[in-house]
Amino acid sequence: MSRSTNSLHLAIALDSAGWHPAAWREPDARPGELFTPKYWVDLIQRAERGLVDFVTIEDGLRLQSDHPLQPDDRADRVRGRLDATLIAARVAPVTSRIGLLPTAIVNHTEPFHLAKAIATIDYASAGRAGIRVQLDGTAEGAAHFGRREIQPLRREDYANLDAPGLRQRLRDSFDEAADYVEVLRRLWDSWEDDAEIRDLATGRFIDRDKLHYIDFEGRWFSVKGPSITPRPPQGQPVVAALGHAEVPYQLIARSTDVGFVTPHSAADATAIIAQIRAQQQAVGRAADTVHVFADLVVFLDREHATAVARKQRLDARAGAEYTSDAEIFVGTPAELADLLLDWHRAGLSGYRLRPAVLPHDLSQITDYLVPELQRRGAFRAAYEANTLRGLLGLSRPANRYAAGAA
Amino acid sequence: MSTSLKQIRLAAGFPGVNNTTVWSDPAAGSQIAFDSFRHVAQTAERGKLDFFFLAEGLRLREHAGKIHDLDIVGRPDTFTVLAALAAVTEHIGLAGTINSTFNEPYEVARQFASLDWLSGGRAAWNVVTSWDAFTGENFRRGGFLPQDQRYERARTFLRTASELWDSWHGDEIVADKETGQFLSTPAPGGFTHEDAHFDINGRFNVPRSPQGRPVILQAGESDEGRDFAATAADVIFSRYSQYDQARAFYADVKNRLPKFGRTRDQLLILPAAGFVLGDTDAEAEEAAREIRLAQVSPATAIRFLEQLWNTDLSGHDPDGPLPAFDPVVSEIGGLVAKGNAGARQLAKSPVALANQWRAKAEAENLTTRELIIEVTGRQSFIGSPATVAAEINRFVQDDASDGFIIGSHLVPGGLDPFVDKVVPLLQERGVFRTEYEGTTLRENLGLAPLGAVTATPVAW
Ligand SMILES: Cc1cc2nc3c(=O)[nH]c(=O)nc-3n(C[C@H](O)[C@H](O)[C@H](O)COP(=O)(O)O)c2cc1C
Repeated sequence: MSRSTNSLHLAIALDSAGWHPAAWREPDARPGELFTPKYWVDLIQRAERGLVDFVTIEDGLRLQSDHPLQPDDRADRVRGRLDATLIAARVAPVTSRIGLLPTAIVNHTEPFHLAKAIATIDYASAGRAGIRVQLDGTAEGAAHFGRREIQPLRREDYANLDAPGLRQRLRDSFDEAADYVEVLRRLWDSWEDDAEIRDLATGRFIDRDKLHYIDFEGRWFSVKGPSITPRPPQGQPVVAALGHAEVPYQLIARSTDVGFVTPHSAADATAIIAQIRAQQQAVGRAADTVHVFADLVVFLDREHATAVARKQRLDARAGAEYTSDAEIFVGTPAELADLLLDWHRAGLSGYRLRPAVLPHDLSQITDYLVPELQRRGAFRAAYEANTLRGLLGLSRPANRYAAGAA
Repeated sequence: MSTSLKQIRLAAGFPGVNNTTVWSDPAAGSQIAFDSFRHVAQTAERGKLDFFFLAEGLRLREHAGKIHDLDIVGRPDTFTVLAALAAVTEHIGLAGTINSTFNEPYEVARQFASLDWLSGGRAAWNVVTSWDAFTGENFRRGGFLPQDQRYERARTFLRTASELWDSWHGDEIVADKETGQFLSTPAPGGFTHEDAHFDINGRFNVPRSPQGRPVILQAGESDEGRDFAATAADVIFSRYSQYDQARAFYADVKNRLPKFGRTRDQLLILPAAGFVLGDTDAEAEEAAREIRLAQVSPATAIRFLEQLWNTDLSGHDPDGPLPAFDPVVSEIGGLVAKGNAGARQLAKSPVALANQWRAKAEAENLTTRELIIEVTGRQSFIGSPATVAAEINRFVQDDASDGFIIGSHLVPGGLDPFVDKVVPLLQERGVFRTEYEGTTLRENLGLAPLGAVTATPVAW
């Protein structure tokens, strides 16, 4: 068994009742509990029993909608959600190994607040925090904040993100996201690990020479620093982003540790990875690990036909065939294992699986897919590290501000 | 048991960024490890305290252009540490200090609504108004807000957040699997708000939380701050823990309530209070003296002196008399101490205060350090458990307060003796609960339930 096959990584993308709009009506769904802590604790503890690397938690600063740009006024869908960062914090003390990556919308929030929030989850989880950064380019989202003019994307723009006219606008948005991540990373490093000295002789609690102003000045904001929160246990919590086109791939290459992408075949995956590696090269990060995970929506049952029938039933209830930016997989855990290993050879580090229905498809992953992958020698038999960086094979980075740091 | 006795409200303040927190004691633990927060919150819950309280400062304090290094430095993020504490406690309220200048209502409203959901109705918000440009350097808008608008922004921020909380009425989610109806209305959470500070509209995306909105605390001392509390807060956190001052503050604030159409029981007044226990009062006094010396080291005494005198006094002898010359008067932005609410307080009338300090030092024959100890570090309640319990009860029954936000000088174990020794005595007197009465913080504080949400917002 090759080493790369052994090191398959798995993440679970959690979103309310699951990714299918009719998921909440399934027999084991708990739609009345979506706003309770127990619901999230149960799901994430289950994922942890399945030894997955981390969960992501979707979020948004708008009410969910089937329409990409505005409310859809539908009463037959799950609407309303809790702040993902706070869900991650709430779950941190009652889990012990699994990584926690909430989603944050970066164009309406403050990097200073988010940096300390993620650092604090890193403390509460003893080194298992990360963040998935996302942009909200809608006029609706901007109106909730009233602080900036946004030239919103139109519906047809989404199909054509690489068109030259859209490129510059996208590039600006993603440049701002990159600045935001840069500020997060500088703030996490703004305290050296040994800044706290408690020196009785001089009466000093800290050595202030080991605290650093980050003095970030960019096109969209400037941040002075240092953080009010000491450097988190991982040094640098894990940063992730989802991308579907060249400009977002650039953000993945420039700023993240993990990129989520949406290939529809192994060849697709190869092409996307090549783009990301080329971008890494271009920004001087060729030597850094940037894991590329493929996103898949999964409908899993022990019998292939059962999965197919279930999806049909869900689609009928939703009134439309389910579509997604990501590849949709319908079948058995063994069939999914075949696909995962096949695409893995394209150079993917792993997968972010989006369970169509919770908890059903999550249980199929933890109870059947994971054992199947273990049998094939492709997935861990026990957690091999205490921190999320450790699980992802990322070392604890040196502090950029420390004397002698590269 | 007399039913006319007032019930005491007690909260536990996490000892943090402040010179009263002693880090040099061998028993002093981490100020950032989650276990320290867990220990304090769980201890407070063991004592059936009303809530756990966390302060916040959004820029590391500076002194003479350098990061202040003598006190505790560093703290966690407020929302996330409280959400994590919700996982390891069941009943105790979780109160966080969140600034109304360097945040936006949509985000803060959903963070508090989420915290309230994730804690089963235990969230509280201490609305603070630090506005200075120094702090602003960490945020997108910089120091955009003039000082005289800080409460106007706070008021309208809170009003806007309340509109967002009220935008869901609590009966929207039906989640009927059979009929396929998730919502009782297709368009929940609608809001429109327009004023000089906020021009926002759309849909709020967190359903109405168990408490409807967090319990509101306020901690400003100015006339405007008191009015803000009298209109909109459930609890005031004050600095007045000396008996006469406390009674005057209590009367002043409670008397403001009728003007805003509120009754005296709708606003609780909880001063910050430290304590030192001993087997006897004399032992406690001795322990208190030791703690004050640790809290005000010679270097700390000089820094305090420099805060008021607003100039470099590094050559001054801490064991000698106060400086004979007057403080340097300056604008907030020109102060030696930055990001320090206490120093801003001192700067309001520095010369008069210096004269007061000199008079006191002369009358009581105090050195600089001894004087600083007297004016900054004095714990409110010192004595045997019986003495402290009696004193706390006296304050409350005499309308000097409705209770206290108790701080200790030590993380993580400083609160333990209070819970183990003083709380039982208050319970014996019948003035403090032996079991939590309700499930939400609002219920436990004895605050009236919020009225049903109506289409017309409450008048502010
Ligand atoms: C007891 C007390 C505690 C306070 N705690 C904080 C705090 O934790 N963070 C903060 O930014 N401001 C804090 N403040 C500052 C106040 O919120 C307010 O901004 C400041 O006192 C200025 O308002 P004023 O002029 O009405 O006093 C506190 C004030 C008091 C009296």
